[in-house]
Amino acid sequence: MATTETFIGQPVLRKEDPELITGQANYIDNWTMPGMLWMALARPPYVHATIDGVDTSEAASMPGVVGVFTAADLELGALPFVWPITEDIKVPVHYALASDKVRFNGDAVAVVVAETREQAIDAAEAVAVTATELPAVIELEQAAKDEVLIHDDLGTNSVVHWSHGGAGDQSIFDSAPVVVQERYAQPRLIPNAIEPRGCLAYGVPAMDEWTLVSSTQIPHIVKVTLSGVTGIEEQKLRVIAPDVGGGFGSKLNVYAEEALALGLARKLGRPVKWIEGRRENYVATTHGRGVIHDCTLAGTEDGKILGLKFVELADMGAYYQLLTPGIPELGGWVYMGPYDPEAYWYEFTGIVTNSTPTDAYRGAGRPEATYVIERLVDTFARRIGKDPVEVRRMNLKPAFAEASTAISGLNVDSGNYEATLDTALGLVEYDKLRAQQRDARERGDTKQLGIGLSTYIEMCGLAPSNILGALRYAAGGWDGATIECLPTGKVLVKTGTSPHGQGHETTWAQIVADGLGVTPDDIEVLHGDTLITPLGMDTYGSRSVSVGGAALHFAVEKVKAKARTIAAHELEVSEDDLEWGEGSWHVAGAPDKAKTIPEIAFSAWHAHSLPEGTEPHLNATAVYDPPNFTWPGGAHICVVEVDTETGATEIVKYVAVDDCGTVINPMIVDGQIHGGVAQGVAEALYEEAIYDESGNLTTSTMTQYLVPTAVEVPTITTDGSHQTPSTTNPLGVKGIGEAGTIAAPPAVINAVIDAVSHLGVTAIEKPASPERVWRAIQDAQHQQGQSGQGGAA
Amino acid sequence: MTTVSVTVNGAMREADVEPRTLLVYFLRETLGLTGTNVGCDTSSCGACTVLLDGESVKSCTLLAAQADGRELTTIEGLAEGDELHPLQESFRRNHGLQCGYCTPGMLMAAASYLKENPSPSEDDVRLALEGNLCRCTGYQNIVKSILDAAGSMAGAGGGGA
Amino acid sequence: MIPAAFGYERVDSVEAAIGALQADDGAKLLAGGHSLLPQMKLRFAMPTKLVDIGRLRDLSYIREADGGVAIGALTRYHDLEGSDELRQLAPIVASVAGQVGDPQVRHMGTIGGAVAHSDPAGDMPSVLLALGATFVATGLSGTREIAAADMFPGLFQSALANDEVLTEIRVPKTSGGWSYQKFTRRAQDWAVVGVAAVRMNGSANVSLTNMGLTPLRAGGVEEALAGGADPATAAERADEGSAPPSDSFGSEEYRRALSKVLVRRALEEALA
Repeated sequence: MATTETFIGQPVLRKEDPELITGQANYIDNWTMPGMLWMALARPPYVHATIDGVDTSEAASMPGVVGVFTAADLELGALPFVWPITEDIKVPVHYALASDKVRFNGDAVAVVVAETREQAIDAAEAVAVTATELPAVIELEQAAKDEVLIHDDLGTNSVVHWSHGGAGDQSIFDSAPVVVQERYAQPRLIPNAIEPRGCLAYGVPAMDEWTLVSSTQIPHIVKVTLSGVTGIEEQKLRVIAPDVGGGFGSKLNVYAEEALALGLARKLGRPVKWIEGRRENYVATTHGRGVIHDCTLAGTEDGKILGLKFVELADMGAYYQLLTPGIPELGGWVYMGPYDPEAYWYEFTGIVTNSTPTDAYRGAGRPEATYVIERLVDTFARRIGKDPVEVRRMNLKPAFAEASTAISGLNVDSGNYEATLDTALGLVEYDKLRAQQRDARERGDTKQLGIGLSTYIEMCGLAPSNILGALRYAAGGWDGATIECLPTGKVLVKTGTSPHGQGHETTWAQIVADGLGVTPDDIEVLHGDTLITPLGMDTYGSRSVSVGGAALHFAVEKVKAKARTIAAHELEVSEDDLEWGEGSWHVAGAPDKAKTIPEIAFSAWHAHSLPEGTEPHLNATAVYDPPNFTWPGGAHICVVEVDTETGATEIVKYVAVDDCGTVINPMIVDGQIHGGVAQGVAEALYEEAIYDESGNLTTSTMTQYLVPTAVEVPTITTDGSHQTPSTTNPLGVKGIGEAGTIAAPPAVINAVIDAVSHLGVTAIEKPASPERVWRAIQDAQHQQGQSGQGGAA
Repeated sequence: MTTVSVTVNGAMREADVEPRTLLVYFLRETLGLTGTNVGCDTSSCGACTVLLDGESVKSCTLLAAQADGRELTTIEGLAEGDELHPLQESFRRNHGLQCGYCTPGMLMAAASYLKENPSPSEDDVRLALEGNLCRCTGYQNIVKSILDAAGSMAGAGGGGA
Repeated sequence: MIPAAFGYERVDSVEAAIGALQADDGAKLLAGGHSLLPQMKLRFAMPTKLVDIGRLRDLSYIREADGGVAIGALTRYHDLEGSDELRQLAPIVASVAGQVGDPQVRHMGTIGGAVAHSDPAGDMPSVLLALGATFVATGLSGTREIAAADMFPGLFQSALANDEVLTEIRVPKTSGGWSYQKFTRRAQDWAVVGVAAVRMNGSANVSLTNMGLTPLRAGGVEEALAGGADPATAAERADEGSAPPSDSFGSEEYRRALSKVLVRRALEEALA
C-alpha cells in the first residue's frame, strides 16, 4: 500500500515476533525428514593424547546403528581457515575427526549414525579409544615455552606473530614524564547462545545435490567453504540458516559437524541430523577472549596521553577455526580508543594450547582492546591523582563530522565523543555519586560505592574488500540486496545478511518502506538461504545495517530509477519533469499527476506498455562494497556497591550513551545495547572458562559457567540522542550489535576497583568474583599493614 | 516401554515411550509440539519450561512417565484460539525477545508466576525468572513485558479489585 | 543430555516401593526427580530402575504434631514456601524452601528427595540439621526414627538403607529468631556457603551449608555462644571442624573467611 508515512527512526514493532511468541519458529531441532538418521560424535575423555586405536565394533553392533566412522572412512578435506594473517603464519591442519592425536576436550575421533537420537548417543559412548596421554598445556605462557608441543609438525606453539608496525615516536614510551605499565589478563569465555548448534543435511543422491540446514550466522560462507571440504560442487550445494537461536560469534564458523553431516548424508544417501548438547557445546563450539596484555601508557603529569603500547599473547586453542588469529588483529586497529595519542604500538603472538579453538565472540578483538585501554586510563588517572573523567576529557578526540585518520592509520568516519560523555555524566549524576562515595568512605561502611567509566570507539561494518585483501583475508566484505516489487503492490526483499535475533526483517522493511513509499507490513524480507539470496556475506562484526542495509539503499535507488522511467512514460512527461516525494513519482508542480511504486509495479508486471528498452518487472539488485569501516563510540558509566567483607559486587546503576550514527529502529537499538551490556557485565563479574590441572574444563555445564540471570543483570539507562551520521554510507548508520559488550567490561571493573581503591586496591582481574575482590582487599590491607609498620620503624 | 497418557493444551494424547524419555522430547518428538525448546542439559536455562497442572516445570527434568495422567500446557496452548495471551502481546509490544529461543520458556514461567502473584514488583519478576536464562535481551525488556502484562491482566480481569 | 536406559515402575504405596527396591539392587526412588534426573542426564548416575513414588499423595502434608511440625517427605518446596501454617510454626523451613533452586524446581522438588540426596551444598539438609529434625524412615520391618545428627553420614550419603523410604520429617516449633544466610554467585545457584541460625533455649543452633562433605553443625560457634560470647566473637569459630571444598565458586580459604562473616550476620539477625 502506498503511503507517505516515514518509518526510519520509529520504534516499529518486530515483524519477526508472531511466530516466536507462539512456538511456531523453525529452529534447527524442529526440522525432521522421512528416513532421517541421527549423528553423534565420540569425543574421548582426553585433553592431549596420542590415539593408539579406535574400536568401533561394539558401537557398530548396537541397536539402530547404521554406521560408525573414523577419519579414514571419510573423504573430507581439512576444515576451512580463511585468515592467514601473515606470510609466515604456521597453520595447524584441522580435520573434522582427529586420527593421530586428541588435542583438546572437544576433539572427536569417530562419528556414529543411527536411527534415533538416543541410539546415536548411546553408541557414541560405546566407541572404545585406546590412547597414550600426554601432558596438557592450557596456560598461555606455559604453552609459549614449547615444553609440550600441540602440533609436532609445527615445531612450536607460537604459531603466529603480527605487528601493527607502530606509529609516531616510539621513544616516548621511555622518555615521557609518566609511564604506566600494567599487565591485564582476560579469561576465556564461552559464548552460550541459548540454542546450541545443530544441522541437518539432505539431498538428491542421483543428482549429487545437497542441502545443509544449519544453525549458523554465515550460510553463504558455509556454502563456499564446505563445497571445498566435501567436494560437492558449489552450484549443487544449498545452505539454509533457519531461525537461529542466537550466535554471538559462536555460529560465525564452519564446523566439523557440518562437514560430517553433509559428508555422511552423501555417503549414506539419507538425511543426517546432529544436535549439540550443552556440555558438548562448551568444548566443541568456539570460545572467546583468552588474552594477556602488557600495556604501556606514556603521559604527562597533568593527564595528557602521549603514547599507547600493547603487546598481547592470544590463545588460539588447539587449532584455528575460521578466523582465529584474525580476531586479535581486528582489535589491533582500535587500541587508541577515542583518544588522540602521538605514538602507538600493537603486536600480538598467537599461541596454540590444549583447549577449544577461540574465534569471534561478540566484539571480537575490540572488547579485548577497549578493556585494556580503559583500565589503563583509569590507572593513569589514579597514578597522577586526577579524576578519571578529567583525564578522559583532556584526551578525547574533539568532535569531527568528516572522516579523520586515527593514529593506528585507519580513517574514522565521524565522532562526537565528549558529547556522549557529558550526557552519561548527567544521567548518572556523577558529582552526587562522588559525594555519596566520600560519605560512605568516611563512615567506613561495609558496602562501598564505586563509579567506573568506559569511553570507547569500535570499528564496525566489516569491511572494505580491498582492505580485507590487504589483511590477507580470503573473502570480500561486500553484501547484496534484491528488491522485487510484486504486481499486487507488495514487496519482496532478499538480503545477504543472516540475522539471528537482530530484527533485520523489521529494520530492513523500514529502510525499504521509506525508500519506496510503502509500509513495512507490505514488505517481506527473505534471508539465510543461499538459493533464495545467493549474494551475501552474512552477519557478524556489526556489519549488517551498514553494509547489507546500505546495499538495500542502493537497490531502492535502482528500483526508483526504473520506476521513474516507467512513470514518465505513463504520465507522458520527461523523466526530468518528475520528482520523488510523498511516496510517488510526480510531475514537479503537479502533485496529482503521480504514480506510486505499487502502481508502477503493476504496469511493469503486465508490461502492456513499457518504454522502449525497459525490461518487464520492477526489481533491482545491488551489491555494495563499503568504502570504509564505520566507527560507533560512546560513554558507559557503571555504579557498583561492593560488600567489603564478602567481596560481593552489586551493580546499582548503569548508564549507556551510544552514538551509532543514524538510528533506524530505536527500540531494536536499545535492545541490542541491553543485551550487549548484559554480556559485558557477565564478562566483568561472572563468566570464565576454568580448567583443572589436567586441562579438563571445570566449568563444563551451565551450573558452573555463570551466565547471569535476571537477578544479576542491572537495569540499563540508555540515551539515543547522539546520532553522528557515518560518512561511510548513505544511510549514516554505524552498527550497534557489539557496542554494549565492548564498552561494559571496563566500566564495571573500573567501578569495582574504584569502590575499594581507598583500601589500597589498584587492580582486580575479570571476572571480579567475590573471592577475587575479597582477596584484593585482603592483599591491599596486608601490604598497607606492612608498609605502615615499615614507616613506624 | 511405558504408556504415557496426558492432556496437552486441552487434548488427550497417548503414546508408548521408553521410560527414559524426557517430557520435553515426548512433547517435541512424539507429539510434534516443537515450540518448547531445549537449551541445556542441567535444568539451568529454563527454555523447556511448560505448565504441569498449571505450574511451571522444566520439561527436560521430568520423565514423560511422571506426567502420565496429568495436564500440560505448552507455548502452543498459551493463546486462547486466535487471541494471544496478554504476555505474548506484551512481549511483542515491549521487544521482550530477540532470537526467540528462550521466549517460550520465559512466557510459560511468567504465566505460571503471574497466577501466583498477579501484581509483582520489578524485583519479584526478576527473582521469578531466576530459572530462565536469556542471552540476547539483558532481561530488561522481558521484565518490562511481564510487568506490563500483569498490569493489563489486572485491568482486564480485576475491575472489582 | 539423555539418561542411559532404565526400567520404570510407579508404585502406589510405600510398601510397594520397598518391595521394588528390594527386588533390584540398582533401583532408586524417584520423587520429584530434581536431584536424580540431572545426574542421570549427564550419566553420572545410571540406576537400573526408577521406582516412582511421586504419586504417594499421602506423603505430602504439613501438620502440627507432638509439639512440633510433621512434614510429609513428598511435600514440595513450593508447598512448603507457600504454607501459612509452616510460616507460623517453623518459618525458617518455609523461607529456605523458597530459596532452593528456581520456581520450576520448587514445583517438583521435594523435601524428602533433598534429604535423601544429602547434598552438602543443599540448603534444606543444613536447615534441618540446625533445627535438630527427626527423620522417619519406613522399611520392611516398620518405621524408625533417625536423629538429625545421624542422618548425614557422608558425601551424598544419608542414613537411609537401600530399601528404606523416608516418609516424614519432624521439626520443633521455632518461635524465636532465625536466619538463613545464603551466599550465591547467581540467584539460581547452590550456596557457595550457607549458614542457618535458629534461636533455641536462649542460645542458637548454627549449621553450615557447603562447608564439608556433609551439612555441618558449627560446634565451635554454638559452644562460644553457650559460654556467653557475642555474635562477632562466636563467629570467629565458624569454620572449626569444617572441611570446605575448593572449586570454581570459591577456594577453601575464601569459604572459611566467608563462613565467619555469614555466621556473624546470621547470629545478629537470629538473636536480634
